Amino acid sequence: MPGNILPSEFLVQVDHQRCRRCKRCILNCGFGVFDFQNMTTADSSKCVACHRCVTFCPEEAITIVPNPLSFREHSSFDVDKRKAIWKQAQSPGMILTGMGTELPWLNVFDHLLIDACQVTNPSIDPLREPMEMRTYLGRKPDRLEVEKTDGHYRAVNPVENCIELDVPIMFSGMSYGSVSLNTHKALAIAAFRLGTVMNTGEGGLHKELYPYRDSIIVQCASGRFGVHSDYLNAGVAVEIKIGQGAKPGIGGHLPGEKIGREVSGTRMIPVGTDALSPAPHHDIYSIEDLRQLIYALKEATGYKPVSVKIATVHNVAAIASGIARAGADIIYLDGFRGGTGASPAVVRDHVGIPLEIALAVVDNQLRTEGIRNWVSIIAAGGIRSSADAAKAIALGADAVGIGTAALIAMGCRLCQKCYTGNCSWGIATQRPELTDRLDPEWGADRLVNLVDSWTLEIKEILGALGVNAIESLRGNRERLRALGLDQTTAEILDVKPAGM
Amino acid sequence: MTRRLLRYSTSSRQACRRGFKMAKTAARETERRTATVDAAGVYYRELNELIRGLVGEGCEEIVLNGVNGQRYIADGLTDEVRIIINGVPGNDLGAFMDGPVVIVNDNAQDGVGNTMNSGKIVVHGHAGDVAGYGMRGGKIFVAGDIGYRVGIHMKSYREQVPMIVAGGKAGDFFGEYMAGGVLVLLGEGSDERPIVGQYLGTGMHGGTIYVRGEVSEAQLGREVRTFPLDDDDLELLGGLLEEFASDTGIDVGDVARAGIVKMRPFSHRPYGNMYVY
Amino acid sequence: MAFGDQFSSWRVDTGKVPSGCGISGVMNQDGRPFSGDAIIESMKVLHDRGNGLGGGFAGYGIYPLHKDNYAIHVMFEDPAGKAACEELLERNLQVEAAEEIPTKPVEGISDPPLLYRYFADPRSESLQAEGLAADDFMVKLVMTINTTVPGTFVFSSGKNMGVFKAVGFAEDVGEFYRLPEYEGYTWIGHGRFPTNTPGWWGGAHPFNILDWAVVHNGEISSYGINKRYLEMFGYRCTLLTDTEVMAYLFDLLIRKHGLPLELACRVMAAPFWKNIDAEDDPEGKALDASLRMVYSSALVNGPFAVVVGYSRGMLGLNDRIKLRPLVAAVKGETVYISSEEAGIRQICAKPDRVWAPPAGTPVVGKLKE
Repeated sequence: MPGNILPSEFLVQVDHQRCRRCKRCILNCGFGVFDFQNMTTADSSKCVACHRCVTFCPEEAITIVPNPLSFREHSSFDVDKRKAIWKQAQSPGMILTGMGTELPWLNVFDHLLIDACQVTNPSIDPLREPMEMRTYLGRKPDRLEVEKTDGHYRAVNPVENCIELDVPIMFSGMSYGSVSLNTHKALAIAAFRLGTVMNTGEGGLHKELYPYRDSIIVQCASGRFGVHSDYLNAGVAVEIKIGQGAKPGIGGHLPGEKIGREVSGTRMIPVGTDALSPAPHHDIYSIEDLRQLIYALKEATGYKPVSVKIATVHNVAAIASGIARAGADIIYLDGFRGGTGASPAVVRDHVGIPLEIALAVVDNQLRTEGIRNWVSIIAAGGIRSSADAAKAIALGADAVGIGTAALIAMGCRLCQKCYTGNCSWGIATQRPELTDRLDPEWGADRLVNLVDSWTLEIKEILGALGVNAIESLRGNRERLRALGLDQTTAEILDVKPAGM
Repeated sequence: MTRRLLRYSTSSRQACRRGFKMAKTAARETERRTATVDAAGVYYRELNELIRGLVGEGCEEIVLNGVNGQRYIADGLTDEVRIIINGVPGNDLGAFMDGPVVIVNDNAQDGVGNTMNSGKIVVHGHAGDVAGYGMRGGKIFVAGDIGYRVGIHMKSYREQVPMIVAGGKAGDFFGEYMAGGVLVLLGEGSDERPIVGQYLGTGMHGGTIYVRGEVSEAQLGREVRTFPLDDDDLELLGGLLEEFASDTGIDVGDVARAGIVKMRPFSHRPYGNMYVY
Repeated sequence: MAFGDQFSSWRVDTGKVPSGCGISGVMNQDGRPFSGDAIIESMKVLHDRGNGLGGGFAGYGIYPLHKDNYAIHVMFEDPAGKAACEELLERNLQVEAAEEIPTKPVEGISDPPLLYRYFADPRSESLQAEGLAADDFMVKLVMTINTTVPGTFVFSSGKNMGVFKAVGFAEDVGEFYRLPEYEGYTWIGHGRFPTNTPGWWGGAHPFNILDWAVVHNGEISSYGINKRYLEMFGYRCTLLTDTEVMAYLFDLLIRKHGLPLELACRVMAAPFWKNIDAEDDPEGKALDASLRMVYSSALVNGPFAVVVGYSRGMLGLNDRIKLRPLVAAVKGETVYISSEEAGIRQICAKPDRVWAPPAGTPVVGKLKE
């Protein structure tokens, strides 16, 4: 009986008449699909459809198709379910996967429509008239105290401790380890150029990124990788990562394949071990412990803003309220569609709730309690386009975070094999021959292009809405309508159905 | 060059009398067919119908007394009639008009010369916002201040060049999205407001803006730059400001020495890079 | 006889032409009262800015005999609502006088609700029980009545001032409420062209809370978030029209948060970041940046021109990119504001000065001490 009974997912087809035997495919594939035996040969069982070979073949001689092998259709035990069982029967263990869930859960963003002005209210012309996107993240006082001296007004308690973003789009935390150093650099350079911030993720901050410190939020996760005083003081804020949307309730995963010398040095763990972060922070077992850690970090950093990142789970509204009252300045909500370098598939696909709903209930809860000013909310987890970003802001987010979209901008094809460390695009790998492929400047250009494009699109949307400042869209549910959502969900979102 | 300078100096000595006197003079000239209307309390619909009727009967000059707030006066008129307004006309004065001369002996409101094609409007006072919106030809002369979004999307074609001259100051978005035509701002006025607001010429891709006074870079729209005056500018301004001085009595003297800055777009396709396909 | 004399005396027609709202305000800074006639005259010229589905006025200094009481104007759809409301009022307030608001029949004003006014003060035991200051107590009471007593709306609740509004053209509404018979030192007026809500008496302008009365031309694009922000502080937006948030924002920012008037205007029509960044004075810059950060949900976006009356004065303000017209004038101690210059010139033929305030810069008339 063969050990591996799973058929290949994809078939690699080489057109030998076009192939000019340059062997670029062999060089480029990170998964070892290609070889040369008198002609180019391909082992389809290794192919992950990352398209590196297709992109670099000068003759367009390669095509990747889904293996057209037929399975008896079954709506309940679909093919993927069968394959999962085969895998686990072959060898025991949790099925590991990467990136965000691909299962067809309802996408709430795809059921929300945005308003525009017609007649009774003018749209504003974003090309010629000012359109403000600037956003400040952090705690704001409930009111501003003002006094008059020498005929001029001045603020008694000016707001000084906020992070200024030129656009309400930032880069989500992706650890150095799960992604390459060049990827981290590209994110930092792009954040600097765009006037926004990137997040280190839980793998620490490599020394070469310190020059970009004013565009970086450093993360302190349960594994405490790379957390030392310089690190904590390096960025503009510190984020306590309680969880992430892709795998709520469990810790980070970095397989040993991806822990080479540099990663080992930055994380301060031995080369080749698996970095499996603990599920909880072992000093946070209850909400008052969170308060304790928040203030420990504030004391250690001269009171920089502290962000708390949580996965969106059922009780997220009450949790967020607790986090705000525990002293956090920013709450980062990571929806269940969030990406990851490695996660057990069962958790990624079945645990958590959608970002849209979490955002709506958190924003509502904080307003009901009168404490919305105490925190800024960042929304992340499957933000795919400027439309998603605009809708998230309308639901109440101060800013959105993008992770998957940022990687796709740099070449990622969403093959979901990040955990293997064989990323042919040089992103989710530590193999030097692969990481060299991603030039940080090139990567930064692509990220800047993406965010600039989305910024233009959001400005068009704002103009159509008749507003010229992003804060007039923020939390303005009145400008959204639901289409094809059930009534309960629409009520929870506090969004009226289209037509009303 | 010398001859041109002489011509400017001569015009500066020709201080012209104010608007209402001109009207009387016109009435006393050759036998023009003049009508005088007491417009006080007359609803705009009746008033404009009356005006159209008078024009249809061959009236060449119509004097409207006691005007206050009546809208749409002279809208859509294509005849070469002269309309004198004593009082404050309502919005959209001379909108879509093509030929008449309208003189206002008071302030005007919003929408003066909206999409006008030819003719002239002279306001012996201030005018409001959105004057000359989509203007296609003709002239608007305002003695005093002018509001926001003046000359927005003005356009020109060959000899059909619309022109707006204001003696005072203007608000934001002056010349927004201009595609052609001429805007001139002279900046008379004693208050400390800046002569022109922000976003000057934002979206401009044709035409020329002239401002007599200091314009900082921070006030300019993205698509616009300051350029030095050349001989064509001096010739254009000379003639135009001479006419303006004759109609309003506001004389800048020697155009070349008046401290006028010129703004033009530096690209005719400022949005060429905004789309991907 | 000059050509055309035969046409020289035509009446004003009342054709309906779509054009949006019109607003006006007049204030004598010496506090010298004048008849409500003037504001009605001004609104007549702005007739075409409305469509007859709403008009209203507010006058200040009009109740000299009850000047220290809260003057509560209420409209009732039926007697049952009146009974329930009066019971609430009696329980919470010491009512000095109660009467129907005097009106006279005017063509064009039909189906009026019951219109009553009560001159009253909070009972001291009620104040103690709630632990609130008188103004806060009154705000809470008004919000309670407007959200719980069916068919009942308190549409004015200030001292020595009153709002008068209805469905109809402004000039007709003014005659209906017999405003020429009142004398006040500030009058503001509004003629409406509603599109967002049906022609309903409560939906007309001015909108009022305590002595703030707001008339508004435009539409608030940021209404959804302004409303949610105000709800955090206990205000309830019940009158189905976006203008309500402006009245409550003035009350919150100025009365509750103690911001000076000019800064409250700077919150609602906030300066652009580009201009804040360019400010020379670091304290001024910190102030403006902090105002925007703290009060981002109070930025009123979309086109607006408002005239606001309050006990100490009157202000006019337009939005940060001036999408609506607003003209101001002064003559001696009297300040005029209107959507159109003609609205001012109708009642003041030769002002000392006429000007259009720039975007976001308030025109303020203040009562002299």
